[in-house]
Amino acid sequence: MGRIFGHREHLVRVAALFLAGIVVFVVLQSLLIPEGFGRYGHYRAGALDDARAHEVAYAGRAACLDCHADAAEAAKGGGHAGVRCEACHGPLAAHAGDPTAQKAQRPDVAVLCVRCHQANVARPVGFPQKDRAEHAGDELCTTCHVAHHPGMGGEEAKKP
Amino acid sequence: MNTDRRDFLARGTHLLLLTGAAQLAFDAVVRGEPEAAPNYKTTDHWWAMAIDIDKCIGCGNCVRACKEENDVPREPFYFRTWVERYHVPNGDIEHPQVDSPNGGYDGFPEKYRPGDGAKSFFVPKLCNHCAHSPCVQVCPVGATFESPDGVVLVDKSYCLGCRYCVQACPYGCRFIDPRTSTVDKCSLCYHRITRGLTTACCETCPTEARVLGDLKDPKDPIHEFLRTHKVQVLKPQMATGSKTYYNGLDGSVR
Repeated sequence: MGRIFGHREHLVRVAALFLAGIVVFVVLQSLLIPEGFGRYGHYRAGALDDARAHEVAYAGRAACLDCHADAAEAAKGGGHAGVRCEACHGPLAAHAGDPTAQKAQRPDVAVLCVRCHQANVARPVGFPQKDRAEHAGDELCTTCHVAHHPGMGGEEAKKP
Repeated sequence: MNTDRRDFLARGTHLLLLTGAAQLAFDAVVRGEPEAAPNYKTTDHWWAMAIDIDKCIGCGNCVRACKEENDVPREPFYFRTWVERYHVPNGDIEHPQVDSPNGGYDGFPEKYRPGDGAKSFFVPKLCNHCAHSPCVQVCPVGATFESPDGVVLVDKSYCLGCRYCVQACPYGCRFIDPRTSTVDKCSLCYHRITRGLTTACCETCPTEARVLGDLKDPKDPIHEFLRTHKVQVLKPQMATGSKTYYNGLDGSVR
């Protein structure tokens, strides 16, 4: 025992070396690991807020109906009653936030209807689908059908 | 119990302060800014997606909406969600023909003849938000992770762009964003679902073929869906803990 404590200086040096190593490790760790890392798991806690910070483009049906309840009323009972507004009208969160900032565009019927209703063997059998060229030729769907309530009763039917 | 004037006032003030906080949250929700309300608790949710293949009409609304909502690169080979068309020769589920022109962004021009003895159907795909994600396990820096509410997210400010996760995902749901050289993937519209909205793809799906669900909310209709349908996840043999449940999933789907 006496011999070991006789070489106290060696021990102090080794201890100092270890201490310096630990200090360097702690300093490097605090510099390199970002804030909040490990709070919930092996990731930066702030990443959750980053993901939430993204801006919303689609306002959601509830926001549309705040002002346009009449459209939902018109669709009631029809085949399109369950289709949410922005499925056809596009992303309108900016319009919902400030109606003057972004005007809602009328969808191009020639493109829109066939996206869902052009006959295709891969579509579910019960889903209403027609070959447009055969069914209507160059006529637009809205000539006979009403977009919000797609029974017969389009522009042609409204004529006296 | 004796209540003097001072006690009464102190208690009243506390009560008023508490009510004030609740009032703030309520006001924020009413204003249409639920994100300002400090009421979303990650531990109260466990998000999942239910997909009904028999309802998918291959219109591509989800693909377009996702690109709009999440600023996904517009080139036709970057997708957070896409739709595949399967064409399975009679009974031969080992050899389906699969195509996904532009991921379904422009819909699916008719390609097969009716009555050719094969079956055809559409399969919407997206990140499966696995509970035991292979992609999370391989990330060397902790830039991708499963959030406490069950969403696999990417920390873009921390991602090295090493591509390990792109290879690890058994569903091919990840890509490298050419603008940032970091990985990108479906975030299950985390910015929307934490504000009480549904995802952009579910919002625009005209047939409700895909529905977002919260497995921790006992009132969520997803429980009814899972109970009344025979559902399956993709590649169950990989034990990824996928939370994207498919109804009517054919054996040919990979």
